[in-house]
Amino acid sequence: MPWTKVYGNKAEFEKHLAGEPGLRGLTYREALLEAASQMLASDPSVFVIGEGVDDSGGVFGTTKGLHQRFGKDRVMDSPLAENAVTGIAVGAAVAGMRPILVHMRVDFMPLTMDQIINHAAKWRYMFGGKLNVPLVIRSIVGRGWGSAAQHSQNLQALFAHIPGLKVVMPSTPFDAKGLLKASVYDGNPVIFIEHRWLYEHMGHVPEESYTVPIGKGIVRRPGKDATVVGISHMVYESMKAAEELMGEGIDCEVIDLRTIRPMDTGLIIESVKKTGRLVVADTGWKDCGPGSEIITRVVEEAFGFLKAPARRVNLPDVPTPASPALEKAYYPGAADIVSAVKKTLGK
Amino acid sequence: MDIIGSFDVKFLQIINEAGVCDAALLPSMEAPDLKKIFETMILVRTFNQRALSLQREGRIGTYASVLGQEASQIGSALALEKDDWIFPSFRESAVLISRGYPMWMLYRYWMGDERGMKAPDDMNIFPMSVPVGTQLPHAVGAAFAMKYRNDRRVAAVYFGDGGSSRGDFHEALNLAGVFKSPVIFLLQNNQWAISVPRARQTAAATLAQRAFGYGIPGIQVDGNDILAVYRATKEAADRARGGEGPTLIECYTYRLDDHTTADDASRYRRKEEVEEWREKEPLLRFRLFLEKKGLRTKEYEEEVAKKALEAVDKEIEKAEKFPPPDPADIIRYTNFELTARQKTELKEFGWEK
Repeated sequence: MPWTKVYGNKAEFEKHLAGEPGLRGLTYREALLEAASQMLASDPSVFVIGEGVDDSGGVFGTTKGLHQRFGKDRVMDSPLAENAVTGIAVGAAVAGMRPILVHMRVDFMPLTMDQIINHAAKWRYMFGGKLNVPLVIRSIVGRGWGSAAQHSQNLQALFAHIPGLKVVMPSTPFDAKGLLKASVYDGNPVIFIEHRWLYEHMGHVPEESYTVPIGKGIVRRPGKDATVVGISHMVYESMKAAEELMGEGIDCEVIDLRTIRPMDTGLIIESVKKTGRLVVADTGWKDCGPGSEIITRVVEEAFGFLKAPARRVNLPDVPTPASPALEKAYYPGAADIVSAVKKTLGK
Repeated sequence: MDIIGSFDVKFLQIINEAGVCDAALLPSMEAPDLKKIFETMILVRTFNQRALSLQREGRIGTYASVLGQEASQIGSALALEKDDWIFPSFRESAVLISRGYPMWMLYRYWMGDERGMKAPDDMNIFPMSVPVGTQLPHAVGAAFAMKYRNDRRVAAVYFGDGGSSRGDFHEALNLAGVFKSPVIFLLQNNQWAISVPRARQTAAATLAQRAFGYGIPGIQVDGNDILAVYRATKEAADRARGGEGPTLIECYTYRLDDHTTADDASRYRRKEEVEEWREKEPLLRFRLFLEKKGLRTKEYEEEVAKKALEAVDKEIEKAEKFPPPDPADIIRYTNFELTARQKTELKEFGWEK
């Protein structure tokens, strides 16, 4: 399907679009905006709340103009109080609303952990299924522009540890739109993590409303020699790496994980059984991250199929630097994935 | 220099410790209403006493006594409409009983059974919050939802003097003020947050005055005077329903028992202080008030006490006979639908039926 494809850049997408004039292209940010807009239009229980959701920037364009169209009662700016705003969203969700709460950077979420971990994630369990918390928290991972140690973290692993939460990290515009709707109607609290480097990515996005199932990964590129599981922005780096490796006769299968929790173990196992080699490329740190979980699951269920030790591509074990020179060295990319895949092949 | 703002902290008392009332302030209530309040107080006290005994006998786990705080809890709970939302802390047994919450479920909860907090469907009661003060934002959120749907209900949230030092309190009051949410903050100032006295919570002279900083009304009421609490709550609820936003009510009361059955308050507070407050406790003065009105006789009270004990005993029997939960409940409820891992675990642990 055209919308399951990953386009490395806008030019590449437009080249494909020319061949298929019936298909519509949107950027990742436009896809998120359209998803929110359609849900606000069709469901009065949906509302958007967060710091800056109604300002002129509109959270990097993803909520732009929504307050004018749907009113300030439904697209609400909030005072600077991350924990209480999260608690308010939890209270409203239990009282029958479907809030989309925006914490513009994932770095603000440590302030909200009490409400997310001790309340939102627990209530359905603690009260015997009587209460549901249909809450979506959109949060954004930064990279570049000197965002530095306190404004560019990748904290998906923190949330992925907690039963009761779901954690999604879409990489394409199609998935961004479909997963946002699936998250709003999931019935559980969902942490929806976007990556700023994806906002300008383009892809095919149907105009009608649709969902992409939570908990399902997708093969972005079939291959036979090694499995590369990419997360969020690292899906694109993985695709670049696969292309480069193909030039050397190494055929990689690239899986876009899409949901961190619950994880699509079956898809990964099936691929590793075929390739016997595994590399996981995540946007965050290594220890106790999604990569650790993926490799453990493969070891538990398909150990005998592994032909070489699995490898991980992650950030160095330190906070993000501010200096552009250091930042350039800090972030891994396609070259690191190429090298990791080669190591699994003994090269 | 000009004075650009000034605030008066009001204190409301209707019945004093001698049972004498200020007739001008009395809420309009007929004899059956007043008797219902008295009967609820006796029922709560019986429930509470039996809970403490059951704990000593090892039949329930830890329990948080409400002794001394009955007026603050019952007075406010009875002032609300049936479909208003209640957000209790763990020390609100009296609030729940006043709202008709099944007592056997409360006992079950304190025996360590999650199902005790599955409020009956016709009751808008949030589960008790054991974490301190975290329920305040939830109440503001629910109030936001009610206002948005225009359904003229209010949210009433209970918490203590200890909780009022937490960030949740400040953020929730501030946001409720900004959003003009229909919420009543019922601060149960019982003077002690476990072993921390009220004087160590804040340098402010009253907790009620903190409301003014958030641009919302605040009042201190005699929390041992049930009609004062009733009146203040009713007024706050009317304001909220009329679109005028939130109110902070500081119920000035006293925790006569230990923090919970796991605590020994004699280690940190003077016996004399407790005895002074025992003379001001809420049932004594309400009984005197009813006597003066000719509504309380010894025989009547004996009959009420007997009925309360019978009702409570029946509820305890029901709680103790209630079958234990199914181990599959551990897995069953966390997610809206089971995850793949949860399904596997149901099988692995042999809990699948």
